[in-house]
Formats: sequence, structure tokens, C-alpha cells
Amino acid sequence: MNEFQIEVRITPREGLLDPEGKAVENALRSLDFTEVMDVRVGRLIRLRVQAESVDAARERAESMCRQLLANPVTEDYEIELQNIS
Amino acid sequence: MRIAIITFPGSNCDYDCYKAATDVLGVEAEFIWHRERSLRGADAVILPGGFSYGDYLRAGAIARFSPIMEAVMRFAAEGGPVLGICNGFQILCEAGLLPGALVRNRSLRFESKLVRVRVENASTVFTSEYSEGQVLRLHIAHGHGNYVADRETLERLEAERRVVFRYVDANGEATDEANPNGSVHNIAGIVNAGGNVLGLMPHPERAVEALLGSADGLGIFTSLVSSVGGGRLAGARAAGE
Repeated sequence: MNEFQIEVRITPREGLLDPEGKAVENALRSLDFTEVMDVRVGRLIRLRVQAESVDAARERAESMCRQLLANPVTEDYEIELQNIS
Repeated sequence: MRIAIITFPGSNCDYDCYKAATDVLGVEAEFIWHRERSLRGADAVILPGGFSYGDYLRAGAIARFSPIMEAVMRFAAEGGPVLGICNGFQILCEAGLLPGALVRNRSLRFESKLVRVRVENASTVFTSEYSEGQVLRLHIAHGHGNYVADRETLERLEAERRVVFRYVDANGEATDEANPNGSVHNIAGIVNAGGNVLGLMPHPERAVEALLGSADGLGIFTSLVSSVGGGRLAGARAAGE
């Protein structure tokens, strides 16, 4: 058994209005960060799991995202894995 | 008739629903804790408002996996009437009983006020006591009431007249100014394809007596009672037991 650290990055779906991101964008602009073109605010979920292989860990993580961690109607997700055994 | 009111940790409109059912309507109601697995033969189910599981992850995302939800899903599949109010609406969307999702209000603020909604479809089991186009004054109190759905879903909802309530202004027009949370098409409430599952963000249970500032929400409960009273839901009752 190997141990993995999984990071799931969840962001509002492309094309969906992100009012929180918009508010942060406006605040940054008001601080003179005029180079800011777009801001999306999401969520980071970090897990430690046991799995036989990186592929097995990824498959389980995908399943977690589909069933609970992300809402497919409103959110996109990215999964990053690291073997920490 | 008996109404099951599902209570989750963090539900806070459960007693309002209970009072509306028992004191105002004079029907039986009972609380069912989310850890339970049976609806005990109830004729209708209410998922009340509040902040189940502290809105952790997403509003309604954790509550949707409570043990009682399996019984609620079965009851809904059998045609039993299920009413989700506010957080209850969010749970129904997370559970896939209703399409779409509810995201953060476009104002980023918690919106708590009396709004107007128009009855778009008065032929559902929840709205039969209203007339089409009737404008109701109902309270809202939510941070995540901004309804979103993909274009295909929206087209289907509109074509099948499943948008039951829409936010409107004093003239009964669905304007952007009258939209308290940014919901697409000013949507305040929708039903499933079978017409037996309704989710809405406004709180009808808070508007059942003049003393509360409005009695316009009462129609949802009286509609429910008159439809269930007809005994059409005997099958659903058996399935919930």
C-alpha cells in the first residue's frame, strides 16, 4: 500500500457568473491592481489516502468528486496526486 | 393526513412548518430525524429551511446523504408529494430530485426580506388553490438562492411549465430589479417532471397568518391538503412505510 496526498481544486464552472470572484476582482482593481483581468474563487480540498497505485488513487478521487466533492452543475474540478509513502 | 417534517442538524424552520400544519391547517405533522430510515406512512414530506450541516461543502450537499433521504427518494419516485423550502430546495437539487443548483446570491449578501412571486402554474398539487398569475408576498432568507441550470434544462423547465414561481415587481413583471438573488429567468421555485416534488426559496410557512405580515403562503399548504385528501396518493403512502 502506498500513501498519497490528493489535492482537489474546485472552481466555479467556466461561463458561470462567480459573484465572489467578481467582488474580489473589483477590490483588487480598487487597490490599483489594474492588471487583473479575471478572478475565480474556488475551494481546495486536501486528502491523505492509501492506494495500491497512483491510477487507483486517481480513480477513487474522481469518484469522490463526482459523488460529493464537486457539483457538476456549477463546478469544475482538477485532481493532483503525490506519492508521499 | 399526516405530514413528515425532516429535521437535519441545522434545520431551523422545522417548527414553523409544524405550526403551519398543525395550528393553522389542523392536519397531523411529525418530525422525523435525519438518521431515521422510515417516513412512517406520511402522506407528504417537507424538507424545511435552515443550514443543514452548517452548509459545509455546499448548501444541502451533506444532508442529501442522510439515511432518511433514501426513503424520501423512494417516496418521491412513487409520486408522493415532497416540498423543499429554502435549504430543502437546495437539498432536492443536490439529491438530483430537481435539476439545476443554487449558488451564492449575486449581491454576495444574505437576503432577508419580503418579496413578490408570481404563480406561473396553478395546476400542480402545491398550487391548485391559487390562480395563475396571482402575485404572492413571501419572505426570503438565504445566502445561496441564485438558481442556475444549463440552457437545455432551462428550456425544458419553461416548455413543460415547471417554473412554478417567479420573482416579480409590484406590477407583476419579472424584472431584474425584482430579482433578489440573481436567479436565471427570475426563478423562485420549480417542480420535477412528475409534478410531485416542489422546491422553492421563499418561505411559505412564514406567511400563513396575517400576524406574520402575509398569509399568502397558506395556499401551498391548503393545495397540498386538498390534493392528498382526495386519496390519490395511497400508493405513495405504502411506499413510504
